Amino acid sequence: MQNFPGVGVSPGRIIGTVRQMPKPISEPPAGEQLAAGVTPEDATAALKAASQAVHDELKGRAAHATGDGKAVLEATALMAKDTMLIKGAAKLVARGLSSERAIWESGSSVSEMLHNLGGYMAERATDVLDVRARIVAELRGVAAPGIPTSTTPFVLVAEDLAPADTATLDPNKVLALVTAGGGPQSHTAIIARSLGLPAVVAAVGVDELPDGTEVYVDGAAGTITSEPDDSLRSAADAWAATASLLAEFSGTGTTADGHLVPLLANVGGGKDAEAAAKLGAQGVGLFRTEFCFLERDSEPSVEEQAAAYKSVFDAFPGKKVVLRTLDAGADKPLPFLTDSTEPNPALGVRGYRTDFTTPGVLDRQLEAIALAEKQSEADVWVMAPMISTAEEAARFASMCADAGIKTPGVMVEVPSAALTAEAILREVGFASLGTNDLTQYAMAADRQLGPLAALNTPWQPAVLRLVGLTVEGSRAEGHNKPVGVCGEAAADPALAVVLTGLGVTTLSMTARSLAAVAAVLKTVTLAEAQQLAKLALSAPSATEARAWVREKLPVLNELGL
Amino acid sequence: MPERIATIASRSGLHARPAALFAEAAGNAGVDVTISMQGEPADEALDAASILSLMTLGAAKGDVVVLRADGDGADQALDALVTLLETDLDAE
Repeated sequence: MQNFPGVGVSPGRIIGTVRQMPKPISEPPAGEQLAAGVTPEDATAALKAASQAVHDELKGRAAHATGDGKAVLEATALMAKDTMLIKGAAKLVARGLSSERAIWESGSSVSEMLHNLGGYMAERATDVLDVRARIVAELRGVAAPGIPTSTTPFVLVAEDLAPADTATLDPNKVLALVTAGGGPQSHTAIIARSLGLPAVVAAVGVDELPDGTEVYVDGAAGTITSEPDDSLRSAADAWAATASLLAEFSGTGTTADGHLVPLLANVGGGKDAEAAAKLGAQGVGLFRTEFCFLERDSEPSVEEQAAAYKSVFDAFPGKKVVLRTLDAGADKPLPFLTDSTEPNPALGVRGYRTDFTTPGVLDRQLEAIALAEKQSEADVWVMAPMISTAEEAARFASMCADAGIKTPGVMVEVPSAALTAEAILREVGFASLGTNDLTQYAMAADRQLGPLAALNTPWQPAVLRLVGLTVEGSRAEGHNKPVGVCGEAAADPALAVVLTGLGVTTLSMTARSLAAVAAVLKTVTLAEAQQLAKLALSAPSATEARAWVREKLPVLNELGL
Repeated sequence: MPERIATIASRSGLHARPAALFAEAAGNAGVDVTISMQGEPADEALDAASILSLMTLGAAKGDVVVLRADGDGADQALDALVTLLETDLDAE
């Protein structure tokens, strides 16, 4: 047995065999020449054969795909043998460059050209780079980049997963996700929780495990063990039995003494919302509207937006739906709204701030929300992301009022908003803590970076203090304005108890976590939760805050959480 | 050289799925087909079988393009491709 400690980001205990995500294709060295004895004619023929093989492979996958995925695969397959790409490379080969280097450079120039055209074409630029990497892999005789295909389910191990990888992940084929890099807020963590897959990130060394190695993954403890023994096998069996118990949520979030903490769902669209309603969510605490905008080269019309919003509202008649206005920028660029050349996008024009540079989009979105609300029975609240000052909160509130939206609010993600919560809450009706960004900004640590994973956890006492300050600000304001949490922190059952103790009024999370959070919350009284919150705040480090609180919550271990 | 003009009928223009379908059909036409915007010189025409070229052409719905081909079967091939361009492929 060999043990690999990491950071557990999605609970579950399973045993399975490793399949490594192929390493990204490295750039062929600049100026790499044809090998001795290889003529340009041979190299061009090899290039054409490789491009045909990549085309055939993608075309084959398209045949099994449906909808948008099929269309993208078909278009990508055509790019693989596109004359513009291949002729460009053949010219370079004729001048003596190796076929790998030639296709690399040809792909760069085509991709750059598409990028410069902007809009839809710019979005396809990355497809050209993907095709280029596949052709180089084919020429080198190594595995193509992307999630491996397999007929039997496996434990996917990678350096880190990008959003594009996770989009093609088939939850029926993957038992667990394990990454050597990445942090608790990385895409790997978020996708794992939404799919209900056990996951461990920042587990150094796992990317060296050979394919086919049998491993035990504990997504709560954050460990991977190779060649598991009988005790680990029975732990995995026990999890399989309790997992089914944790799948049911009664539909009322409460502490043992009856203090109600509504448990809401984070959703991206109508399908998500229907699934969340089936899982018992008491409403929606975060409706991420940018999912209606992504993959778009232009802004959707007011009517189109209203229809998308209504599909979510209709899943929760009579219940609260908190909608977040467009949160573009940083890791969610939109070609018609954000500037991809900013040197520091996380600190750039993103979220509410895009209204400074592209006014009108937000007004039209608010108009669409008001329109959808009129046609539905949900209790619609609307909040702006990335609010930093009371002045911005006031302006957003007046924009909402102009559109006829009754309950405006703000996201608290920027530390300045937590520190001035009292003044901000005088302007709006509620606040919702986005703990992912709040952590990244409080700790000055990029949430995608593996080496910073230890900094990037909402267990950091500094982050918990900012949560506490936001609640205090609401109390000082005097009208009991709700302060919810809608970041990934709310999905961690132990942290959910701490947040409740800090005075947070609602918890919103990926719907699959509702049952686990409810199960743990109902084992503690409000006074106990407050004690645990104090304990966490007094800890000198995030690791100790987590360990101390978990120690006082034995139910976590019993449930394998 | 035989040539035809066609008006783009697909709502999204010659992008995405319509571009893929058209490029594939042009590639299977049996003759080399070029495409250019109406009024552009013939020697700047692009390879109609190249999806990347079609994307850079940037033809929107209602734009008029010129298709050219030479050799055996050029006329039939062009006629079939004109029909494809003048169909709203987004509607299918």
